[in-house]
Amino acid sequence: MSELTTTNNGPSTWQRFAARARSVNPIYVIMILLLLGVGYLNPRFLEVNGFLAFLRRAAPIMILTAGQLYVLVSGGFDLSVGSIVTLVVIGGALMIDNDPANTWWVILVLLAGGVVVGLVNGFIVAYLKVPSLIATLGMLLVLRGAGLYWSGGAPRGYLTDNFRIFGRGNIENLPLVDKFPYAVIVLAIVGILATYLFHRMVYGRQLLALGDNPRAAKLSGVRTNRVRILAFVISAVSAVIAGILLGGFSGVNIEAGTGLELQAISAAVLGGAVLLGGSGSVPAAMAGALALELLFALLNLLGLPKPLRDAVQGLIIISAVAYAALGTRRSK
Amino acid sequence: MTTAEQPILEVRGITKRFPGVVALNNVSAQFMPGEVHAVVGENGAGKSTLMKVMVGAYRPDGGEIIFRGEKVAFAHPKEAQEAGISIIYQEFNLLPDRTVAQNVFFGREPSRYGLVNQRELNQKTVEVLRELGAENMFQPTAPLHTLSVAEQQIVEIAKAIAFDSKVLIMDEPTAALSMTEVQLLTDLIDKLLERNLAIVFISHRFREVFDLSQKISVLKDGQYIGTLKTAETDANEVIEMMVGRPLDSYFPGLATPEEIGAVKVSVRNGSNDFLKNINLDLCAGEIVGVSGLQGSGRTELAQALFGVEPFHEGTVAINGKALQVNSPTIAIRNKMGFVTEDRKAEGIFPNQPIRDNILLTVRTLQALVKRISRDGVTGQPNLVSDLSHQVDVRASSSDQEVQYLSGGNQQKVVLAKWLASTAEIFIFDEPTRGIDVEAKAAIHEMIRELARRGAAILMISSELPEIIGMSDRIIVMWDGTIYGELPSGATESEIMKLATGHSNGNANGSNSE
Amino acid sequence: MTTVSLSNMQQRIRASQIPPVYAILVVVFVGAIIIDAIFGRGQMLSGPILTNMVVRSVALGIVAVGQTYVMIGASIDLSVAFMISVTAVLASFVMQGDPNKVLIAVVIVFLVGILIGLVNGLIITKLKVNPFIATLGVGLLLKGFLNASFTNFVGAVPASFQTLGYGEIGPIPVSILMLLGVALIGGFILQRTRYGAHLYGVGGSEEVARLSGLRTDRVLIMAHIICAITAVISGLFIVSRLRSGAPWVGPDGLYDLESIAAVVVGGTALSGGKGGVAGTIAGVLIFAILDTMFNQIGMDAFLKQFLRGAIIILAVASYTYRYKGEVA
Repeated sequence: MSELTTTNNGPSTWQRFAARARSVNPIYVIMILLLLGVGYLNPRFLEVNGFLAFLRRAAPIMILTAGQLYVLVSGGFDLSVGSIVTLVVIGGALMIDNDPANTWWVILVLLAGGVVVGLVNGFIVAYLKVPSLIATLGMLLVLRGAGLYWSGGAPRGYLTDNFRIFGRGNIENLPLVDKFPYAVIVLAIVGILATYLFHRMVYGRQLLALGDNPRAAKLSGVRTNRVRILAFVISAVSAVIAGILLGGFSGVNIEAGTGLELQAISAAVLGGAVLLGGSGSVPAAMAGALALELLFALLNLLGLPKPLRDAVQGLIIISAVAYAALGTRRSK
Repeated sequence: MTTAEQPILEVRGITKRFPGVVALNNVSAQFMPGEVHAVVGENGAGKSTLMKVMVGAYRPDGGEIIFRGEKVAFAHPKEAQEAGISIIYQEFNLLPDRTVAQNVFFGREPSRYGLVNQRELNQKTVEVLRELGAENMFQPTAPLHTLSVAEQQIVEIAKAIAFDSKVLIMDEPTAALSMTEVQLLTDLIDKLLERNLAIVFISHRFREVFDLSQKISVLKDGQYIGTLKTAETDANEVIEMMVGRPLDSYFPGLATPEEIGAVKVSVRNGSNDFLKNINLDLCAGEIVGVSGLQGSGRTELAQALFGVEPFHEGTVAINGKALQVNSPTIAIRNKMGFVTEDRKAEGIFPNQPIRDNILLTVRTLQALVKRISRDGVTGQPNLVSDLSHQVDVRASSSDQEVQYLSGGNQQKVVLAKWLASTAEIFIFDEPTRGIDVEAKAAIHEMIRELARRGAAILMISSELPEIIGMSDRIIVMWDGTIYGELPSGATESEIMKLATGHSNGNANGSNSE
Repeated sequence: MTTVSLSNMQQRIRASQIPPVYAILVVVFVGAIIIDAIFGRGQMLSGPILTNMVVRSVALGIVAVGQTYVMIGASIDLSVAFMISVTAVLASFVMQGDPNKVLIAVVIVFLVGILIGLVNGLIITKLKVNPFIATLGVGLLLKGFLNASFTNFVGAVPASFQTLGYGEIGPIPVSILMLLGVALIGGFILQRTRYGAHLYGVGGSEEVARLSGLRTDRVLIMAHIICAITAVISGLFIVSRLRSGAPWVGPDGLYDLESIAAVVVGGTALSGGKGGVAGTIAGVLIFAILDTMFNQIGMDAFLKQFLRGAIIILAVASYTYRYKGEVA
């Protein structure tokens, strides 16, 4: 920035390199290390098809994390996304009613439902001033109850193949890669849209300002309620998309979304998002989600009992946040 | 020598430097028991710094403090309090959801085996309140938030008394009080004097200073000017000591009559919960200075104009068009800008880079899904660097987060934010508070330059030289209304007399009392 | 005239320090009786149903008392559900149906609980980790170790230990006495001890507490230990009812989120510094009354959950909607 008055002489090449290296989010380094670790133990993983299959499995949580990031940056939490996923899987199966012809309008209804849930969450927080932790917790119970009531407490019905294709299907007979999962295409589209809206559009900047200093944002002309509500809508819609993929991948299950909200928050925090708002990055949050999935894969390959991955996840999010907290304290 | 003649607290040759400023220069003063000693001076004269040095919140760079005949150096206000010097800040250190008694004895509850003796707690509190003559005003079991500001002040004082303090320092105790509440405080101080306390009292309000104190010490620019016996002096003499010096800082010239244009903002009979009967015209090309003490309604006036706490009654017209400014968004759409007093809480976005701070307001005028231009807006791709250059932001790059900038540079970023939104009506609330001298002059020049380009400017300041040096017109607020108006060239004592409610409004504008 | 007496009454209620949530409690109770009379069997006021209503809220009530402590301290504890599971599993694993091992098992689970509370508190105060993340992480750690070590019901508690869950002293179930005891002791510590006063101070304003010379870290760590102890008591009660512990008993009961909800409905703000055990117990009872009423009118179990979520939101909104600032 030569236009700005620079106070010191130009930094040396090495300093510039070091500064650049420091500015790279550590989650990408962690992600690559994990990728190499998994690849070392299971070389098939580093082949294109093996990796794409892995991405297909990770797509729902990555999409969920991208949406959660919007709410985290605004300074809140969205605990309702896991139950949205469950409701999408249960409700999708019930509405389709084994008729593939229903799939398309059902998907539209589900997406519209996501918008409504997000609007309600946002309205409760922005206008009724209920802290989002409580508001979305209440919504979690409401949606879980609704889903179980609707289905009678047990998975009923099936998701038709043309619905499930998004979660588990592939485009076959392609040159080079042989087959390409639809889920990865959805992931790419959502990822690019979410990144673009957050990092390249006015909305993202207003959201960051709102999370960083709500009072100053209001005085600078940000329509805080509108911006906040939209964050909840984006989170809920991303949960619907994640639910469609997850339903396709693993079928109808009344526990489909349980616990995903906390996993998404952990992933975003690993990607450097700051709880209580004002800082975050969509690609880094999605990388955090992928890193978490890689870590689980790695632990699996190492023969660690599956339940221990929760323990490792717990340890990692505490360490990541402690590292960030102690780091900023020292630098100030 | 009897104890009455011996000072309980004395400061000798205290010097305190901050980076770039000498806040206190060789200040000495003696505080006697049984006496109210007022310390007066303009903002920035060093009053609060001196108090903080005395209680150990700041470490002096030179000089010594003698308490009860011994040299002391407190490391923490807690230590001073335990030794017998208590300080009451303008902002209370109280817990709103706890009872009066729980607040008075917080951290030192009378107890046995960890159990608080409720009866003793409440009884002791009543005893303390009785000493203050306030035992019938509220119950010791009343939750603090149910008390008025004046009553909370009494709780703060009770907290200090409960420590068996010998010296009580009060920083602007009457700033937030109404007249009847001030009377209450006056009675209370008489009770404290009976206990032979030394009371150090910082205030801007001359009426109280003269009603309450026995002695008045004057500070100016960190220098000790002198101490007067209240009975032997008058307000004019004190104001003369506080001010009466050449304007040493540089101010740009005032507006020429040709430069002043049409009325841009016009308020008639504006009132809300804090303000009454505001009548104000703001013209293109002029800077209107707003003076007044804390609590006089200065900031509330700015907030009403900008739609933060809108007027409930009266009319507002911008460029001749009547409209309701009910939110900052409406104000901004009508080309208003507001550089707030509290930069940290209301102005900057600390974790965002300079460029996004500068561009935020202009972006609030755009659609949420509009693609951003990284360093500017459509048609002005280099807006950030142009404005950074114009306001002279000193930073390594516009990537730098604003939290790492100095106060002056942060203020320039805030200013650039409003320039980017092409505002034409600016409200500045304490535009140079906490900013070093060099940056101050730069900001003054920028404000004048805005006026020369046709902007209408309302500038609130508690620094009289700034008001006098910058304003084409000066309005003085008191008690929620515009108490008087003075032309450019008014003296500090003229302003002070209006602002302290000491003299009545002059012919130009006395629309109340 | 009526307005005068009304405001008079309001003043008197305020002076008596009854938390405002009791107004909601009364409304809910009366409403439940009326709805039950119209749509249900009209037995809401019968002894067995009332008793059952309270027994069902014992586990949540006890742990909610602990949650009240951390939330008054402006913290939060999301690990309580897994602490309950750890306690239940560990207790029945150690006891293995042997009455002689009850004492040692109880000692062990309390020590483990205290240790977990200490870890929570240390991570929050010394490592400066946001309490939400810290206790979420500790909860995940516990969950991982539990699920890795146990997959089903393990061991059993001896019949003597089941007195805790099923016994009665005269007409009153032991479990209700236990809840009462925990609530009274919990309320007593908060209202009557120096520690309680300091906890309110730390939650209300850490700055004021520090200026008053308190060691704020210690106060908050202690709150987390107390919360862990209540989770242990709750876990012991649950295992005595179930006869054997399984890893899912805590999370399945949603004790983490429901205890937070009960505390907030009871009038303790997420921002800390105010509230109390009395309000929390009212919050728990509101949930219990609704549950019982729904049962009485034969409402679907899942619809109950739906309404419970809606009621949590509405109850909290009834305190917050007048606030003017920004909330996230």
